[in-house]
Amino acid sequence: MSVVFYLIAGLTVAGALAAVLLKNTVHCALALTVAFAGLALMFLELDAQFAGFAQILIYIGAVAILVVFAILLTRGSETPKDGVFGAKPLFGLVTAAGIFAVLGWAVLHSAQALPGAGGSPTPAPTVTVMQIGNALMDRYVLPLEIVALLLTAALIGAVIVAMHEKAGAR
Amino acid sequence: MLGEGILKGLGETARNFAGSFVSAERLTTVQYPEERAPVIEDTRDFPFLVYDGSDWEAGLRCVACQICEKECPPKCIYIVKSTDKKPDYVGKPQIYPTRFDIDISVCMSCQICVEVCPFEAIKMDTQFELSTTDRFGGLLYDRKELARSNEYYHSIHPTEAAEVDARLAEEKAKAEAKAKAAAAAAAAKAAAGPAATAAPVAAKPATPDAPATAAVKPVDMETKG
Amino acid sequence: MIEKADQIFVLLAHWLVSFLPAGLQHVAMVLLGVVAIVATFPALFAITVLLERKGLGRMQNRYGPNRVGPYGLFQPIADGLKSLTKEDIVPFKADAVVHFLAPVLLVVVVFMGYAVLPMGRNMTLVSMDAGLLFFFAIGASTELSVFMAGWSSRNKYSLLGAMRAVAQMISYEVPMLLSSVAVVMITGSLSLNKIVEAQNQYTYGLPHWYIFTPWGFAGFILFAIAATAETNRSPFDLPEGESELVAGYFTEYSGFKFALFFLGEYVGMMGISGLGATLFLGGYSAPLQVLNFVPSWIWFFAKIMLAMCAFIWVRGTLPRLRQDQLMNFAWKFVLPLTLLNLVVAGMWRFMGNGWLRWVVCSAILLLAYVLMARVGMRKERFGPRIYRYAE
Repeated sequence: MSVVFYLIAGLTVAGALAAVLLKNTVHCALALTVAFAGLALMFLELDAQFAGFAQILIYIGAVAILVVFAILLTRGSETPKDGVFGAKPLFGLVTAAGIFAVLGWAVLHSAQALPGAGGSPTPAPTVTVMQIGNALMDRYVLPLEIVALLLTAALIGAVIVAMHEKAGAR
Repeated sequence: MLGEGILKGLGETARNFAGSFVSAERLTTVQYPEERAPVIEDTRDFPFLVYDGSDWEAGLRCVACQICEKECPPKCIYIVKSTDKKPDYVGKPQIYPTRFDIDISVCMSCQICVEVCPFEAIKMDTQFELSTTDRFGGLLYDRKELARSNEYYHSIHPTEAAEVDARLAEEKAKAEAKAKAAAAAAAAKAAAGPAATAAPVAAKPATPDAPATAAVKPVDMETKG
Repeated sequence: MIEKADQIFVLLAHWLVSFLPAGLQHVAMVLLGVVAIVATFPALFAITVLLERKGLGRMQNRYGPNRVGPYGLFQPIADGLKSLTKEDIVPFKADAVVHFLAPVLLVVVVFMGYAVLPMGRNMTLVSMDAGLLFFFAIGASTELSVFMAGWSSRNKYSLLGAMRAVAQMISYEVPMLLSSVAVVMITGSLSLNKIVEAQNQYTYGLPHWYIFTPWGFAGFILFAIAATAETNRSPFDLPEGESELVAGYFTEYSGFKFALFFLGEYVGMMGISGLGATLFLGGYSAPLQVLNFVPSWIWFFAKIMLAMCAFIWVRGTLPRLRQDQLMNFAWKFVLPLTLLNLVVAGMWRFMGNGWLRWVVCSAILLLAYVLMARVGMRKERFGPRIYRYAE
């Protein structure tokens, strides 16, 4: 575990904590963007270039903008008067601890399932974009088509919702 | 065809761009302060006082009637009348202004003072480069700074000045004629006085004719000349 | 000799770095490249700003600035001094941290985009396998900075301008990506170096630039339109138009922060021009084979400056597009044509060499263009007005 990993991990955790703890909702969204950037840097540090840049392009370039627009177009941009924390913090803590335990077990378990487990870690095979493209067309063509269908449904749904508004105002 | 308008527009701008280096009449910019745009004759900026002749104090046309002071909308003129009189261009003794101040930071160049002046004494100048570093006193012009000669007036507003001069000459001639007629009548009266006992009826019709014709003749010559 | 002139910066960097111990050499090399980029492009920015003001003036039949220095050549210095010494006003209710970070983020992001551009032979700062994707990912972050600027000013007009700007940038990002995907398809790699290498070949002295192919020509025009809209440049400059919305999302910025936004916009323009030159105009390769003696980096910068002149020319010619006209244009005209361009590029690849593919591809693209033009230029019949209220 190099220094770079700890720095990036610190940045991501700080961003995520700020996203939860800050009062102003737009500040939370921007902190979430910092967490996304940290994740992208993590991907890049592991030499997964395509995943890292796709993370930046999609998450920071589109999802963060979407979150911010959603906050602005609804009434969420006003600071809540009675604090950010809910009424029953214990329930939340228990849920969060449970999820963390499950995720931690999954990560540690999968580390043993890798071929170089138990000894020195083998370097991960470098995956080029061409290999990803080939895999998408060969092995994963069905998920690709289903995702495309999903996106088309979302687009059509958005258009219909907007058209309904127009028809409703008429 | 879509995009045709855009291409035509691009061609037009390219022509403008290239043409601005080649032909001089495309760029109508006047590079102030090295060049100045030509000033048209009816330009008006701030007022000045006209004087006839070469001595500005003696020839100042203003008689301190204070009409312009009263008519000025932002009240930028301040006049103090004199207590003595001096003769004007006709010869009649008139009062003159001892103080005539115009604050050109207040003046709005409306030309009302010029329109109401019955003596053609105040006219509009064409100078606008009057900025100064003294914010208060530098823009308050007194009598001496405001006085400009009639030749200067001719140089900036030729047609106007010619008209004004013609009018003033006419008035002067009329006044002279009147003065001559009055003098002739007085002389005739004085001449007819002692001779009244001798031949009052015979002398009176005869003598008034001669001075009248004598008076008419010089006026004719003057208006023609 | 020609080789030396071509590689002069690389040789200079190697020589400078050789004074350091071996461990630091790699880092020093990268640092030197970074310093070179950060020094060159703001200088080009100054030249571009001057060129724009004087060029626009000449197009409008007037002189540009010609008082400061001979022919106004020192105007950028005067502008720089002015922006440095102006008072930095932050509105009282504005969000100070975000207000400060927005121009910083913009400038950082646009400079990062230069890391993957091949500026000459062996002159790429970081040669990445997914270089194009990096550039687009970085470009997507500029929208975030625009939004931050508009929101943090706590000004309705800034916010409105920011929303419009972000909507415009997102809408035009899709055609930009898709028109570059055609290039990636034909080349077979996302690496910008490989794309330039593929275009660096000559047939009878004429280059293999992608702009000389039907799909490449259409792709270049669509990319140029999308790039103009991405950088908020006239005729798509409604968010920052001076006569609308005061100054849009940077209304509340004064002094050096405004200068940083300005710098970010122009440097972003140059970056996108560089990308367009790399993708369609052959990057650092010369137009004719006989001209190969001229160093490659001169060609790259010449292409960038040519693109800037085109931007200035278009700015001086076209009126501003309204927001709904802008969005209609993106989604109803540019995007369908880009998708068709992808199909045509695929057909080009699989039709084999010969004259047939030229005829077929050009015919399809021209037909599509004319049909869309007919559909788009139909007269709208206006019905009764429909009012939509914001709930």
